Amino acid sequence: MNDKYQITDLNLFYGDFQALTDVNMNIKENQITAFIGPSGCGKSTLLKTLNRMNDLIDGCHITGKVLLDGVDIYDNYDVNLLRKNVGMVFQKPNPFPMSIYDNIAYGPRTHGIRKKALLDDIVEESLHKAAIWDEVKDRLKRNALSVSGGQQQRICIARALAVGPEVLLMDEPTSALDPISTNKIEDLILDLKKYYTIVIVTHNMQQATRISDATAFFLLGEIIEFDSTSSLFSMPKDKRTEDYITGRFG
Amino acid sequence: MKKQKILERLMSIVFFITATISIVSVILILLFIVINSIPALKEIGIVQFITGKTWAPANIPASFGLLPMILGSLYVTAGAVLIGVPLGLFTAVFMARFCPEKLYKVLKPLIDLLAGIPSIVYGFFGLVFIVPLIRNTLGGTGDSILAASILLGIMILPTIIGLSEAAIRAVPQSYYEGALSLGATHERAVFTILLPAAKSGIFASVILGIGRAIGETMAVVMVAGNQARIPTGILNGVRTMTSNIVIEMGYAADLHRGALIASGLVLFVFILILNIAFSLMNKKKGA
Amino acid sequence: MFRTKPKSTFYKSHPLSLLIKILVWAAIFITAFVLLFIIAYIFVKGIRHFSLDFFSLHYNSENVSVLPSIITTIYMIFISLLASLPFGIGCAIYLTEYAKETRFVKYIRVTTETLSGIPSIVYGLFGMLFFVTYLKWGFSILAGSFTLSIMILPLIIRSAEEAIIAVPDTFREASFGLGAGKLRTIFKIVLPSAMPGIFAGIILAIGRIVGESAALIYTAGTVAKIPVSGMDSARTLSVHMYALSSEGLNTDKAYATAVVLVALVILINLLATTITKKVGNKQYE
Repeated sequence: MNDKYQITDLNLFYGDFQALTDVNMNIKENQITAFIGPSGCGKSTLLKTLNRMNDLIDGCHITGKVLLDGVDIYDNYDVNLLRKNVGMVFQKPNPFPMSIYDNIAYGPRTHGIRKKALLDDIVEESLHKAAIWDEVKDRLKRNALSVSGGQQQRICIARALAVGPEVLLMDEPTSALDPISTNKIEDLILDLKKYYTIVIVTHNMQQATRISDATAFFLLGEIIEFDSTSSLFSMPKDKRTEDYITGRFG
Repeated sequence: MKKQKILERLMSIVFFITATISIVSVILILLFIVINSIPALKEIGIVQFITGKTWAPANIPASFGLLPMILGSLYVTAGAVLIGVPLGLFTAVFMARFCPEKLYKVLKPLIDLLAGIPSIVYGFFGLVFIVPLIRNTLGGTGDSILAASILLGIMILPTIIGLSEAAIRAVPQSYYEGALSLGATHERAVFTILLPAAKSGIFASVILGIGRAIGETMAVVMVAGNQARIPTGILNGVRTMTSNIVIEMGYAADLHRGALIASGLVLFVFILILNIAFSLMNKKKGA
Repeated sequence: MFRTKPKSTFYKSHPLSLLIKILVWAAIFITAFVLLFIIAYIFVKGIRHFSLDFFSLHYNSENVSVLPSIITTIYMIFISLLASLPFGIGCAIYLTEYAKETRFVKYIRVTTETLSGIPSIVYGLFGMLFFVTYLKWGFSILAGSFTLSIMILPLIIRSAEEAIIAVPDTFREASFGLGAGKLRTIFKIVLPSAMPGIFAGIILAIGRIVGESAALIYTAGTVAKIPVSGMDSARTLSVHMYALSSEGLNTDKAYATAVVLVALVILINLLATTITKKVGNKQYE
C-alpha cells in the first residue's frame, strides 16, 4: 500500500512552546490511522498540521516536511486546494446555520459548481455515503441545526465528502455523541475506508482498536510508538505505551 | 436590631422607587408632548397635518402640512443609510475578522472617538467643508440632501460598526473553521458563513443607525438648506422634521407652536416604531 | 511564521476573494481617513484663531469669549449628574440586587431602551414643555440640566448595572457570611467594587452632556454670560458653537470653539478608555 502522507522531522511551535517534537511517520493510503494519547499530547495538533488548520493560530510555526502524495504541503501549496483534498470533521458537530442541502452544497459551490442538477446529485450522493440520506431526504430544506447531534455529525461528514476529498481527518468525532450515534459513525468510518485515507484522533482506546489499522501513541508532543493497531495494543514495545493502554496513567 | 430591619426595608423601597425613573420619564415625555399636540392636531386635522404639502405658518390663513419635512427626514436618512451602511459594514468586517491585533488597538479608540464628536462639530465641518465641496463640484448652493446624507452617513458609522462588529464576533469560530476546512478562502468564509449568521445583529445595527440619522438635528440644520418644500433632486435643499422644530420654535406661538410640538410627536412615533423593530430583531437573535 | 505563505500566487486563483479583501481594507481606510481628516481640518483651521481674549471672563461681541460657556458646561455637568446618578445607580441596584425577572423589570428595560433612542430635539421639546413652561423655571441652567439628566439615564443605568453584575457573587457571600445585612453588603462591598465601571459610564455621560446642543437651546437658552444662579439662562460650549456658526459672523471663533470641543471629547474618550482598561485588567479571582 502507498504512503499518503510522509512526515519527516516535523517540529511545531506555538510561539516559544514546542507542541510537537521530531515527528516522523508515514500514513498509508486507504487505511484508518488512529492518534491516541492523553490530552495535550499533541495528537490534535498533528492532525491539524495535515490540512494546515494550524495556520489559523497566531505564532504557530513549523520545521520539517509534510508530504502529501510526495508534494510538500507547506511549500508553495494552495492551502484551499489542500483543504479540498483533505476533509475535516470536528470534535463538536458544526453544521452551518442554514439548510441541510445548503450545508452539503457549500463546499461544491465554493469550488465553482453552480449547476442545480449537479449539486442535487452531489448532495444526494454525499448524504448516502454518510449513511444519513434516508433520515433527512424529506427535510433537506430544514435547518441543519434542527436535527440530533449524531445526525448533525453525519451531515458534517457528508459535507466534508461533498468536495471529493482523498483524505478525511477526524478530530474526536464521537466525543460529543451518545453510544448509539457513536456506533453508527464508527460503522460509517469503516465503510468509508474503501474510498478514503482516514486519520482519526480519539481519546477512546476501544474505538481505536475497533476501527483503526494503525495507531500512534503520543506523549508530550512526541510519538512514542507507531505500529499496526493489533501489535500496538497486544504487545507494546514501549513501557509508557503499555502503561497508557493498561490504564496506569493518562 | 429592629432599627436595622426597618432601614433595610426602607431602602428596598427607595431602590424600588428609583427603579421606576425610566418608566416615569417615558410616561411624562409622552404625556406632555401628546397633550400639547392635541389642540393643534384637532385644529389642523391629523390627515391634513401629515399629508399636507405646504408649510406656511406666516400665511393667512396659515398652512401646516408636514409632508415636506417627513419626506425630508426620510430622504436624508435613506441617503445616510446608502452611504453609512456599506462603509460601516465593511469596516465592521475588517475590525472583526481582518484587523491585525496591534492595529486594532489604535483603530478601536479612533472609531469610539467618531461616536463622541458632538453633532454640532460635525455640522460645522459639513458647513465649511462638505457644502462648499458640493457647490464647487456639482453646482447649486451646496446646502442639499446630498450634503446632509454624507454627513449623516459618517455620523451613523460608529453605530453600524460597533454593533455589527459585535454581531460578527459572536458567531462561533467553529462555523468559520468548518468553512475553511472545506477549502473556502478566508474572505469567502467571512462573507458566506459569518455575515449570514450575524444578520439579525447587523440589521439591528442598521435600525439603530436609522434612528440616529432620523433624530439628528444640529448637524442637519447646518448643511441641508432647510427649505420647507418637497425636494426634486439630491442637490435640492431640504428641511427635516428635527430642523423644522429647532428653526421655528424660537418664535412660534399658539397654533404654530402646537404644530411644531405635534411634529415632535410624529418624530417620536417614528422612533418608537424603529425601537419595536429593533427589539424584535434582538429577540430573533436570542432564539 | 510558516515557511512559506504564497500570498501573491494564491489570490490569482481566487480573484473574488482578492476583490473582497481590497474592499474591506478600502472601507477601514476610508473610515479612518474621514475621522482623521475631520479632526485635522478642525485643528489646523482653528488653532490659529486662539487668542488670550478668547478666554476672557466677560463675553462681548468683540472677544466672543468662550470662557462663560465653559463655566456653564461645567455647571451643567454637575447638576445633571447630581440629578441623574442617584436614580440611575439606584435603578441599577434594584435591577441587580433586588428584582426578579418580573413584568415590572421588563417595563424598566423597555423604557430605558426607549429613552436611549429618543432624539435630543424631542428631549428639548419635553424640557421646554415641562421644566420651562409647566414648572415655570423659564430658560435656565436648571431646566437644561434636568433635561440632560433624563437623557443620560440609560447610559448611567446600563454601565452601573454591568459593573454591578461583574462583581463576583463570592464577594456578596463572604459579606453575608460575616453577618452583614444586604444594605451593608451593597454599600460596603458591591458598590465600591463596581465603582470603576460606574465611573466609566459617568465619563461617557459627561461626553454626551458636553456634546449636546439640540436639547438645550429651548431649555437653557442661549445667553452668553457667566450664570450667577441656577435659574439663569446660559449656553454650554456646544450651544455657543451653534450660535457662532449659525450667525455666520464669527466663523473664526467657531473654528476655535470646535477645537476646544474636540480636544475635550478626545480627553474624555481617553479617560474612559483608560478606566475601562483598568476595569478589564482588575483581577477578581
